[in-house]
Amino acid sequence: MNAAGIIFSNLHDNNITELTRQRTMASIPFACRYRLIDFALSNMVNSGITNINVIAHYNYHSLMDHIGTGKDWDLARRTGGIKILPPYITAYANVTNSLYNTRLEALKSVIHSIRHIREDLVVLSDCDVICNIDIDKLLKYHTDANADITMVVKSVDLDTNMSDCRVILESDENCQITDVYKETPNMKGKKDACLYIWVINKDLLISTVNDAIAHDYTSFSHDIIAKNIGKLNMQVYHYTDYSATISSFNDYFATSMQLLENGDTRESLFGISDRPVFTKVRNSPPTKYANGSCVSNSLIADGCIIEGEVDNCILFRGVKIGRGAVVKNSILFQDTVVSNNVYLNCVVTDKNAVIRDGRVLSGHETMPIYVEKGRMI
Amino acid sequence: MFKKKECVAMLLAGGQGSRLYTLTEKTAKPAVPFGGKYRIIDFPLSNCINSGIDTVGVLTQYQPLVLNEYIGNGEPWDLDRVYGGVRVLPPYQGHDSSEWYKGTANAIYQNINFIDLYDPDYVIILSGDHIYKMDYNAMLQFHKEKGAACTIAVLDVSLEEASRFGIMNTNPDGSIFEFEEKPKHPKSTKASMGIYIFNKNTLFDYLIADEANPNSSNDFGKNIIPEMLKAGEKMYAYDFEGYWKDVGTIASLWEANMDLLGDQPVFNIHDRAWRIFFRNNPLPPHFADKGSFVENSIITEGCKINGLVKDSVIFNSVVVGKGAKIIDSVILPGVVIEDGATVEYSIIDSDTVIKKNAHIGSPKKTAKGITVIGSNLTVNKDDIIEVGAMVNAETLSSKA
Repeated sequence: MNAAGIIFSNLHDNNITELTRQRTMASIPFACRYRLIDFALSNMVNSGITNINVIAHYNYHSLMDHIGTGKDWDLARRTGGIKILPPYITAYANVTNSLYNTRLEALKSVIHSIRHIREDLVVLSDCDVICNIDIDKLLKYHTDANADITMVVKSVDLDTNMSDCRVILESDENCQITDVYKETPNMKGKKDACLYIWVINKDLLISTVNDAIAHDYTSFSHDIIAKNIGKLNMQVYHYTDYSATISSFNDYFATSMQLLENGDTRESLFGISDRPVFTKVRNSPPTKYANGSCVSNSLIADGCIIEGEVDNCILFRGVKIGRGAVVKNSILFQDTVVSNNVYLNCVVTDKNAVIRDGRVLSGHETMPIYVEKGRMI
Repeated sequence: MFKKKECVAMLLAGGQGSRLYTLTEKTAKPAVPFGGKYRIIDFPLSNCINSGIDTVGVLTQYQPLVLNEYIGNGEPWDLDRVYGGVRVLPPYQGHDSSEWYKGTANAIYQNINFIDLYDPDYVIILSGDHIYKMDYNAMLQFHKEKGAACTIAVLDVSLEEASRFGIMNTNPDGSIFEFEEKPKHPKSTKASMGIYIFNKNTLFDYLIADEANPNSSNDFGKNIIPEMLKAGEKMYAYDFEGYWKDVGTIASLWEANMDLLGDQPVFNIHDRAWRIFFRNNPLPPHFADKGSFVENSIITEGCKINGLVKDSVIFNSVVVGKGAKIIDSVILPGVVIEDGATVEYSIIDSDTVIKKNAHIGSPKKTAKGITVIGSNLTVNKDDIIEVGAMVNAETLSSKA
């Protein structure tokens, strides 16, 4: 399929400040060995997209470290491949308005790169959505419908599933978008939430962004979609498989724990044999279970050494669990060391955290304790 | 021209490994899986890159498809280089002759042109049959200090074992005065590890002379080394201390896998200072389900465990069903062990399915040998495969 990709790496950083203090939304670790961007990247790569631009804004060291040359996604290419686009600021830029805040401003800042895209279609994706979507199908739908823009939506029940940052798209029986608005607390019923995975024809993208620069537009939903209802063929594409949007630290914790509750969730993300999720290779040895270890209902990456008890946990690569330690309902990031006789419950430890002998930390599923990167307790 | 390489490695990977039976039916021995994530060849390749040797010729002959595919462009070992890197070298058709590799020395002889591309001062000959971590650069330094023409890495073995190896008899300064192939009454316990460093020019001279000799079997151990000794070349034994295992038999392959287990494993693969690299599959983390009970084992990506795993090595994407038991076993990639099945003291090759309540092998204490089940087979529900059996597609169908 003739498409290029654009990924926004920073857009939702403010939603989850604990984990984005030293990284982008895109590089938040998830599910033992992945970063959030791996899902967006793998979705694109698995549908044959080989020219991907990642728009970065700040804090993107961890992102660059993760992506490297892109070879782990087969994106180290002579033609196309992956490119990180850091902010483009000239010496005479308006300092107060030099960095973008919205999706449209981000696109405005990289218009030079967009102009160089040779493909006819562009797939754009945020990094806060975790799903394994067949982008091929989406592109086919877009072409068959002769659409200008196609937005992926997912039906959500606003009564049971609260959030305050979703964008809702209304559509008619032909899936044409008829209205766009932000979710507010008083809304009820089933609505189509926008996942911000979308397709647009490249020429339209360029003219739209140029127009936005000329008119100083800032909001994609408000200034582009809303203003073009009835003028452009803007379609919704209904996605029905598993997806999760991370919009807060609690969301992050709950979504991670969901992986443990339900085998179907794991299968829908990782069980599709022709659409694997790629990530940076770390060359970890297999995980070692020692005599006396006891592990139940847990997802475990390679490179761990487990000597204690682990129940309902997510262990990232290189985690060590000491003798007599009991770890429950927790998420331990890469190279966390849990020493002997420690008790942890509902704790999220960031990379390289060390919990010394005998410490007891207990949070609650509605308020997990967060231990920052490299912290020793 | 780019700058020359000081040392080029030639890795002999053509071995059939016939004593591994069904495990090497479709793959060369160096491509046999080991230790949960690795293949045997990962060890010499990782040793090369960790020792600063970035030009490696891999000599293949027997069933090379899996090995070629696995090595690819060498990227997993950082051996994808603009100049040098890893090259797979199968036998080829020459201008006026074409032949298979007749022996280890002939394999190198046929690739003299490859070595010359890099104009090295030294050539290190390795084999793809052993599990070990070794700094080849330290051996090269030794070779240079001694001003040797050839240095042979040796391992101190027990006197009983010595008659299974090529034994180097040395003077106090480490120089070799005699080489005995599998001596009945060994005079020393310095066993050759099949790792040789040669000065390139000396090596080439002997290879050319050896090729001209129609009575030679074109083998390093049988021909080149004795010839060099006879001619009075300066040859030294380099003492290697550490773990080294020839995994040429089912029993030694099983043992080497078990050496990774225990609180203080005999062979440590968790050492970040000497990493073993391998080609990675994009697999999700493994899931230890509610019914899992795992002790003294290693488990890797893609596995789903819901039974008992004890004293075992589990490769990627293995499924262990509810109530299934795996004890003292090595389970290769993609094997499915259904609910209630039991596997004891066995090696199960890739992608085989053990149906419900089947029973493979018997407890290690009482078993007479290791049970081996070949790849891509299905062991039926409630079947019992007796102890010490070597099961491949033929034996399985004749049984049914």
